[in-house]
Amino acid sequence: MSEVVLTGVVKRYGPVTALDGVDLTVPAGALTAVLGPSGCGKTTLLRCLAGFERLDAGTIRVHGLQVAGPGRHLPAHRRRIAVVPQEGALFPHLTVAANVAYGLDRAARHGDRVDEVLALVGLAGYGDRMPHQLSGGQQQRVAVARALAPRPSLVLLDEPFSALDAGLRAGLRHDIREALRADGATAVLVTHDQGEALSVADRVVVLRSGRVVQSGSPTALYREPADQWVAGFVGDAVLLPAVAADGAARTPLGVLPISGATPDGPVTVLVRPEQLRLTPASTDAAVTATVLRHDFHGHDALIALRLADGTRVTARIWDEADPAPVGAEVAVHVEGRARAWPAPPSPAPVDTPALPVG
Amino acid sequence: MTVTTPDAGPARNGPARFGVPGRLRRLAPRPALLVASTAAVAVALVPLVYLAVRTAEAGAERIGAELWTERVGLLAARSLGLAAVVTAACVVLGVGTAWLVTRTDLPGRRFFAVLAALPLAVPTYIAAFAWVSTVDRLEGFWPAALVLTLCSYPYVFLPVAAALRGADPAQEEVSRSLGRGDWRTFTDVTLRQIRPATAAGALLVALYVLADFGAVSILRADTFTRAIFVAFDLGFDRTGALVLSCVLVALTVLLLAGETATRRRGARYARLGGARRPANRLRLGAARWPALAALVAVAVLALGVPAVSLARRLVSGVSRPGALTEVATAAGNSLWLSLAGAALTMLLALPLGLLTARAPGPVATVLDRLAYLAHALPGVVIGLSLIFFGITVARPLYQTSWLLALAYATLFLPLAVGSVAGAAAQAPPGLEEVARSLGRGPLAVLRTVTLPLTLPGIGAGAALVFLTGMKELPATLLLRPTGTDTLATELWTATSVGAYAAAAPYAALLVAISALPTWWLVARGGLLDKEDR
Repeated sequence: MSEVVLTGVVKRYGPVTALDGVDLTVPAGALTAVLGPSGCGKTTLLRCLAGFERLDAGTIRVHGLQVAGPGRHLPAHRRRIAVVPQEGALFPHLTVAANVAYGLDRAARHGDRVDEVLALVGLAGYGDRMPHQLSGGQQQRVAVARALAPRPSLVLLDEPFSALDAGLRAGLRHDIREALRADGATAVLVTHDQGEALSVADRVVVLRSGRVVQSGSPTALYREPADQWVAGFVGDAVLLPAVAADGAARTPLGVLPISGATPDGPVTVLVRPEQLRLTPASTDAAVTATVLRHDFHGHDALIALRLADGTRVTARIWDEADPAPVGAEVAVHVEGRARAWPAPPSPAPVDTPALPVG
Repeated sequence: MTVTTPDAGPARNGPARFGVPGRLRRLAPRPALLVASTAAVAVALVPLVYLAVRTAEAGAERIGAELWTERVGLLAARSLGLAAVVTAACVVLGVGTAWLVTRTDLPGRRFFAVLAALPLAVPTYIAAFAWVSTVDRLEGFWPAALVLTLCSYPYVFLPVAAALRGADPAQEEVSRSLGRGDWRTFTDVTLRQIRPATAAGALLVALYVLADFGAVSILRADTFTRAIFVAFDLGFDRTGALVLSCVLVALTVLLLAGETATRRRGARYARLGGARRPANRLRLGAARWPALAALVAVAVLALGVPAVSLARRLVSGVSRPGALTEVATAAGNSLWLSLAGAALTMLLALPLGLLTARAPGPVATVLDRLAYLAHALPGVVIGLSLIFFGITVARPLYQTSWLLALAYATLFLPLAVGSVAGAAAQAPPGLEEVARSLGRGPLAVLRTVTLPLTLPGIGAGAALVFLTGMKELPATLLLRPTGTDTLATELWTATSVGAYAAAAPYAALLVAISALPTWWLVARGGLLDKEDR
């Protein structure tokens, strides 16, 4: 088991600073997701970890051993850090078994390890196939088995599911997480898909513009995002201008209790769409809204609403057999607590989720 | 999990080298490759240096007097005209044939694929002789253009056929789904996909025509090459010949600059993952008959005429006493010299090809283009400059086969560089990174990943150089060690005194041996593969 620690990692490409002082700890035996929008530096981070790029500053330690730092650059092949690239990158001239055995030393190549890891990824008996005889998902499984075989200190997965279709992705994601866990591997998964990161990772690190914005468990990240940007990036968010006083905020959705300590004064509050409850409009309702649009997703639906004061919000509903039609008036009520950050927020749109719905 | 950490402990190798190495690496990527490539290009440029030095000795006045004449203008116009006509014809013929054999349901397309590549095995001087001895009083610009086209269109056909087979059919399907018909799709999508291959082939043809000596001298088409040879041969007008050579080099530079300027950036690496789907073949229907007729006509002109002409004279040629041992000796010499030339060329081409594929940039482009310069020089100029080089600089090499091998390397370096660069693209750097991340050192990665994926392509380059070396005439005539005769030189000696019958066995054997690597090149291009669907 090995812990990986990055301290103040900086990587520049000419005038572009891809990594701007990244501090990060990857706990041993766990799957850590590095989540960020494209261009945030997550692939650079992965390449620096693997040893394909040299750092401009900072250090990387694997299990206490410094592999990169001032005056030191342990080459990729001596780091014991195996990568699973986006497209698998199986060696086209080798069989599946030979691909998997590639990182093993001569003695181990004919041992049980190849069969063991192939079984772990659900491809027992595929050893004699050639890569081009496999489907995209199977190729990815082989790539994971190949990375696991030499029992590396760390497995790096570079958006390994992005090229697969959605149905396949969920199953493969689960299987690969199980394989990594069964093998006791320490792994870093790089992804831009917040659903993927939240669902498979033990820990999520959010990266933006080459810096770590927040890291924590998936639930902490979703429930207590460090700022509005993270709130919108990891899930659908309703962000509203408000005024805080005595642990509550006066918002267009009424007075809401705030979680955590926020100084009194102007704030921005976050409620998740699933905290909104809709009931048929009645005269004594505190807040009413007009239904603008339905986005039906099968297991739930997102309903776009316009409040009486013109603010737009989104509600997630689950079990309504007959939801209020577009144009209808409904009463809106918020369950649970809101999260608040001191205003002034940027003149950000507060009426729509930060991510496109669906 | 147990962790063994090789190279444990804080290594303090020298002072902190932060920042600076990165910048240096960007300016001069892959230093070892760069040094080796520069050395290779320097070797290829030896003849140019000779040319420059000897021309400069003549003095500006003399050069000017030789340069600004009506004859030079005429020669330039005729050489460029010939290159333009032949290149255009080869592009039409090469692309058309490649498309017919790779993308349609033409009957016998694999057979025609071999036929379309086989002219590579026919040297231009053999083809020219065949035509001259078949059709009376054939000479001048257009016959030369015809013979050169028939001999050099495989230079376009082979790369384009390979590109057509490798092109992603999805793009064409998208184009059709957006309402473009077959013809518009072909011109707007397919032609663009194969543009790099076509351009590379066309460039080779144009350079080949500028440097060709055999066909233009037999067919009496007055081009630079012929004028240079005549001037050298007569012996009293060296300066004139040198100035003409310099003009030829200038024309080549223009050609290369033009091709570089129109080049576009494209995907340099093979697609990773995802099985490659063969394209749907177009049903020709009734159009198959004119298509077949056209291919047969080209084959008859390019292969039939030389074959019949050689066969007619072969019987009398072989029956001459002692002929067989002479032919065998010459064949052995040809094989040995071409093999040595191919080996030396590949040695020089490997670093340059890897550099252009792996660390593309201005430096690699300049080196690559410089390597082409010598390729366009007529063998005569290369031959004479290397004699000069051998006498003054590399005395031990003079009168050995290695000096001739060096001439071949100089002449054919671009052919090999192209193959190596293409082969390197078959092993994307991502694969090497994965291999390194699995704990294999650089040499092990080279042995287990890079070489297995690139060797076939490198072998194809070697086959092409070997083949071209077999056919090379003028440099071989000048540089062969005294008493060493090759198939090409024996053939030339016999034909220059009109002994066509004596020449026939050499010609036949030369074509037969050259056909083997040609066959391999065709097979490697996948043109002989069993039907994809």
